[in-house]
Amino acid sequence: MAETASFAKAMPGPARGRNPILPQLLSLLRLVLSVCVTLVGLAALTFLIGRMLPIDPVLAVLGDNATQSAYDAMYVKMGLDRPLIVQFGQYLWNILHFDFGNSLLSGRPVSEEIIRVFPATMELATLAMLIGTGIGVPLGVIAAVYRNSAIDHVARIVSLLGYSAPNFWLGLMGLVLFYATLGWVGGPGRIDLIYEFDLQPVTGFYLIDALMAGNWELFGNVFSHLILPASILALSALAYVSRMTRSFMIEQLEQEYVIAARAKGVGRWRIVWTHVFRNVAVQVITVVALSYAFLLEGAVLTETVFAWPGFGRYMTNSLLAGDMNSVTGCTLVIGVIFVGLNLVSDLLYRVIDPRTRQA
Amino acid sequence: MTDISPSPRPSTLRAWLTDPHPHSPAQARMQQLWRMWRKLRRNGSALLGLTILLVIACAAIFAPLVATHDIYAQDLGNRLALPSAEHWLGTDELGRDIYSRLLFGARITLYIAFLTAIISAPVGLLIGTLSGYLGGWVDTVMMRVTEVFLAFPSLVLALAFVSALGPGINNAVIAISLTAWPPIARLARAETMIIRHSDYISAVRLQGASALRILVRHVMPMCVPSVIARVTLNMASIILSAAGLGFLGLGAQPPSPEWGAMLSTAREFILSNSYVAAAPGIAILMTSIAFNLVGDGLRDVLDPRHG
Repeated sequence: MAETASFAKAMPGPARGRNPILPQLLSLLRLVLSVCVTLVGLAALTFLIGRMLPIDPVLAVLGDNATQSAYDAMYVKMGLDRPLIVQFGQYLWNILHFDFGNSLLSGRPVSEEIIRVFPATMELATLAMLIGTGIGVPLGVIAAVYRNSAIDHVARIVSLLGYSAPNFWLGLMGLVLFYATLGWVGGPGRIDLIYEFDLQPVTGFYLIDALMAGNWELFGNVFSHLILPASILALSALAYVSRMTRSFMIEQLEQEYVIAARAKGVGRWRIVWTHVFRNVAVQVITVVALSYAFLLEGAVLTETVFAWPGFGRYMTNSLLAGDMNSVTGCTLVIGVIFVGLNLVSDLLYRVIDPRTRQA
Repeated sequence: MTDISPSPRPSTLRAWLTDPHPHSPAQARMQQLWRMWRKLRRNGSALLGLTILLVIACAAIFAPLVATHDIYAQDLGNRLALPSAEHWLGTDELGRDIYSRLLFGARITLYIAFLTAIISAPVGLLIGTLSGYLGGWVDTVMMRVTEVFLAFPSLVLALAFVSALGPGINNAVIAISLTAWPPIARLARAETMIIRHSDYISAVRLQGASALRILVRHVMPMCVPSVIARVTLNMASIILSAAGLGFLGLGAQPPSPEWGAMLSTAREFILSNSYVAAAPGIAILMTSIAFNLVGDGLRDVLDPRHG
């Protein structure tokens, strides 16, 4: 039994003890430290992927016709003669300064290109997250309240489709139906060609740029291009958010305080929204944060279908061209965002939920 | 004790399976499977998934018999044809029969899914049980590595690996396997942490069994059911990843009838001939739904704690 007790103590849980500040600081420190270790691990993995490459990195820079002396000079200049661990140190140092090397395709720094393409993806993923959360959370709540009813089954089927459907195929079919056949939305790309020069990219978020210019026609055009890819991308987030919300809600609805509130004569929906949902809100927010990370992943394929000039398309294009600096740079950036969003959701738990704050 | 007298040898298979006193370990195991099957049978959606999977598996196995055309035979005079008695699902941009190609595509999809599962499940199981059983610094290091792999979205990591390995089906399998083991390792570790404190493990240890023997004979078998349920659920995302890689031109390469690759070529004709893209997409969707349904059902049966 002693073993079981020590096992229970080792389990992560809310900070206990009489003085809650110190343990909290310690656990926060531990969290930050573990995130740092993970980040170094991420860098190590992308470094290794860069090394696994069948392409000779020197020839990739110099071209196939390089002379032996030029080759040797470049070999030394790129630091390839040094021990692997020193090279990794150099790599870490560079990425700490947001330097991923130059793109072999364009010759420009990869970090600059990532910053250039990122707003397009952010805009897409953010709208997708808003749609997914806006529909997914109420759907999950209603499905939990009316468990095993028709609406619960509908919610189940919707989320099954969201988990199972290849979003690139949905994108293709969506284009056929809503763009080519019905003409409800704009086609591929972020904006119609005729508006291309009306838009002054300030933030890189076209919706915001159009709003700032006060040009409603432009705004409408940008929105008509954005809404279809965002909705299709949103489906997977919707599936995830509604499923998780439902299971959190069901767990809470079985608690005794619900019975107590009902015994006091509190109305059904009042109990659901002001008592139960407030208890699951933190969990739902963390799920939304995680789903945002998955949306960035889904964007890789969606962007290819919709010719969306964002991060995912940049990455696949570099990949097809064998532009390794760009690929590892992109992979690393996505990994760091993933870890960051995990950290944010972890911190949200600590900050928002009073049950983890007070012992 | 005395009343447990061996019952008379049962005559029918059903009686053999429900006999309260199994005569051999094999019979006990079969009885366990039988009870699971009866539980699964009550789950309508899991049965639906299983039926779809059976149909797809049959299509893959009997593809050469059921196919109506040579999947590589081009007929440029009859390209992008609508479905007809000759071509049940129409023809693609080179006049090849889509129905026959779909059947052979099922082979590739199932090949990728099962090979990935066969690679990633044992690796995840081994790392997870080792990590959970040994604890200490082994656990810390292994879980760090697992976390690093989990920190990347699986498709992005698979893309990066494919870029280093080069395109192709087998490289896609390796890349997806490299991203598929961490969740299994986590699951196996959590299971092992619970199992290693149980009395029967202490009993085996007191008998002098080595750590390796305990791990292989007594811990791993206990983790297998939940790992199987998890792997089945993973199959859905493995299939989506493989199709995604094919669609991007990084998985199976064009003459191959892989469903993702078929969509990739169909994409160019999508606005004029949309049905070319319909069939492969529906095939991917159905396979992925089927694995999700069966996985959910298996989880309820095999892993009641997470049900």
